[in-house]
Amino acid sequence: MSVGAPRGLASSGQKPISEILHPLGAAEEPLSPGPDVTVNVDGDKEAVLTNGTPVETSSPASASSLFNRLQLDDDLEVDGRDPYISTETQDLFVTVDDPKKHVSTMETYITYRVSTKTTRIEFDLPEYCVRRRYQDFDWLRIKLEDSQPTHLIPPLPEKFVMKGVVDRFSEEFVETRMKALDKFLKRVADHPVLSFNPHLNAFLAAKDLNKRQGLALLTKVGESVKHVAGGYKLRARPAEFCAMGEYLDTFTQKLGTIDRIAQRILKEQSEYLTEQREYGSVYSSWAGSEEELHRPLEGVATTVSKCCCAMDDLSENMSQDFLPVLREYVLYVESMKTVLRKRDQSQAEYEGRLEAAILRRQEDKMPMPVEVEKCQDKVECFNADLKADWERWQSNKRQDFKQLLTGMADKNINYYEKCQASWESLITLLQDKQTEDKRSETN
Amino acid sequence: MMADSGSSEVAVIGNTDLTSSESESNTMNTMVEKETALLRRIEISVPEAEKRTGKNTVNMQETYTVYLIETRPTESVIEGDTSAAPDSLWRRYSEFELLRTYLLVTYPYIVIPPLPEKRAEFVWHKLSADNLDPDFVERRRVGLENFLLRVASHHILADDEIFFRFLTEEKRWKEEVLVTGFQDKADSRLKSLSAMFRVKNPDKQFTELKHYSEELNTAISQLLRVRARVADRLYGVYKVHGNYGRVFSEWSAIENEMGDGLQSAGHHMDTYAASIDDILEEEEHYADQLKEYLFYTDAVRSVCRKHELIQYELEMAVQDLANKKQQKEELTSGTVRIFSLKGMTSKLFGQESQEQRESRLSALQQSIEDGEDAVMEKNKECRVFLQTAWKDIERFKEQKDKDLREALISYAIMQISMCKKGIQVWSNAKECFNKM
Repeated sequence: MSVGAPRGLASSGQKPISEILHPLGAAEEPLSPGPDVTVNVDGDKEAVLTNGTPVETSSPASASSLFNRLQLDDDLEVDGRDPYISTETQDLFVTVDDPKKHVSTMETYITYRVSTKTTRIEFDLPEYCVRRRYQDFDWLRIKLEDSQPTHLIPPLPEKFVMKGVVDRFSEEFVETRMKALDKFLKRVADHPVLSFNPHLNAFLAAKDLNKRQGLALLTKVGESVKHVAGGYKLRARPAEFCAMGEYLDTFTQKLGTIDRIAQRILKEQSEYLTEQREYGSVYSSWAGSEEELHRPLEGVATTVSKCCCAMDDLSENMSQDFLPVLREYVLYVESMKTVLRKRDQSQAEYEGRLEAAILRRQEDKMPMPVEVEKCQDKVECFNADLKADWERWQSNKRQDFKQLLTGMADKNINYYEKCQASWESLITLLQDKQTEDKRSETN
Repeated sequence: MMADSGSSEVAVIGNTDLTSSESESNTMNTMVEKETALLRRIEISVPEAEKRTGKNTVNMQETYTVYLIETRPTESVIEGDTSAAPDSLWRRYSEFELLRTYLLVTYPYIVIPPLPEKRAEFVWHKLSADNLDPDFVERRRVGLENFLLRVASHHILADDEIFFRFLTEEKRWKEEVLVTGFQDKADSRLKSLSAMFRVKNPDKQFTELKHYSEELNTAISQLLRVRARVADRLYGVYKVHGNYGRVFSEWSAIENEMGDGLQSAGHHMDTYAASIDDILEEEEHYADQLKEYLFYTDAVRSVCRKHELIQYELEMAVQDLANKKQQKEELTSGTVRIFSLKGMTSKLFGQESQEQRESRLSALQQSIEDGEDAVMEKNKECRVFLQTAWKDIERFKEQKDKDLREALISYAIMQISMCKKGIQVWSNAKECFNKM
């Protein structure tokens, strides 16, 4: 799928500093419950805010704003950077690691170390190191969703875990969650638009996250109210977005099937392990009643036991690394579907308003109202962002799955290699005795 | 070590890393090393099996399998006369059973090689328990050949006339074996095997041996049982991977660049899932080797039991002699220590006459002399049995250690082969994933 005209959802790094409002400079978030004034310091073509009110950098009629965007594009083309291949010239590196448990009178929770290294001027320092908990990541995600509704926000690992079923503080759970959080943050940092979001800055750099969760909630409520109040129905979704929707539906299905297969394999492997362990111990107990055969039989028992360990490792890897990534993608698909839905709504709104305006115009002979044009802008923006994000997502998905599946193949190869080595060393043991015997026979 | 005339390739799969001499020692029948006069004269094999239908003893139609026994004079091979047709005849499993019973009865001091199982046991679920199943028949064919070769390489058993006739005379053999009268001996043997008796001074060595054979029996039974369960589980693991094949194929349909890689990876998953059938089929060979020794433990126990019986009979004879001597003493001294009816009646009805006493004494003396002969006989029998049996047991132990070690080696080779196949398939799949 090719991206439309507004190609460059480029980073803002190329804008002269005077034009950019320092994100941390505007760190005092406005307390008004209404629009969340996200200062867009990126070359984002989003000329409007989440709730539709225009930003200071005004956007005139759609055609001219489109032209502006293209202009900006040309400026940005200068350094020839393709914003979708961000890995080559990355200037923002983030890592999540070092989980620690915190026990307080009220609650027990885990924090993770979030380390940042950057050369971006939006940041005061080149390096940061803060501790964050899951709640903070959740806050960030909500903020990103609110402030960049036309963009696909990467998913977070599941928020709620059934207490009693899953141990929230077990090493495995924490490890898995941490990897997912790391992935989330890296994806955000990789994104040409999201990585410049001031909330991300705050998340990475601020000593204490001034979360104002209540506000976030209000904002969300305000938004949804707005949309519901809109109540516009979509006439026809453009073909390309239909195709996206269909793809996502089928893809989710396949992911689900793969998940089930993987789980079934784990189950079979676990049952196999149980039997295999007993198998090894039978050899061991047989060895007890033998003389000549004592060592060979013990040897077999040891080898079988080594193979059991190898199988154990394989299974663990499947459940620790493979399945979580798979499930994460299911969440990713959900996020994408949400964005698609929002796009549909914005198109519906536009069409609705347009229709109303046309009717009114016929009656009152009035020019096209500004809101309608703004709506049109919004839709076109949305479409452009979505298509760009879709391309990114497809490309990333391809990489991720390539990595995931080759990883799975590697682990299986590894398992068989370990087993082969064990059996080969057993043969050496068994045959040494044979040649010993043969030699003594001929003597 | 099983002599697989038809499937010697089986043990060599994946055996590419061993040197030729090593692999030879693994696949070759170790019995050939100690050649008997019989095996120097002829080659024996059971190359084929066939289904037949016919009327049985109750005039009902039945289907059964017959096995072809081929014997070929070795000289003709040496002289290069390969055109000489081998002698061959067809035999049923029941005829093999008859032969074995004959051998058991005739050579009770020898550990008689066992036959392959009558019914399929220790099967994992996919394996058929049906006696007419071609895989079962094939494995039985191999087992029967192995049985004949084991008998033919035993220095004592190989010289048996009836055994030779079994190999060479299709029709008359049965008559001849029945003429030996072994059936009666077989019946009394069965009776004695199940009889309960206690030996006063059990031989330490034989007691240990009996104990060991019971332990071995338990160990191998357990092993076979668990192995069957392991096979079942492994089957499950492999087969579920086949589902990846299908889902990758479906998924590839909605992808552009990723499609080809996914599709071909899916095919490899199908290959992986299918590979388990051959792997487990091969493993049955190992199970058969274990089963042979499981049944061998019965043969060992049989010898121990026979020894016990002889020992018991000796003890009885000794006891009997002692009783008689005691009686004589009492008769001569006049004291009654041992209760006897004669003594009682003479007490009640008055002393017997001198003549009566003397005739009784001489009868007793005769009886004592007979008893002494009997004890001597039994002693000799016991000694001879002990010697010959123990010699064969030593031979058996050596054979067992060697065969089982080799079975373990070939099992390890099978496992390595399985690992190599696994690595191959997953490497192929990985290549496809890389192309995604």
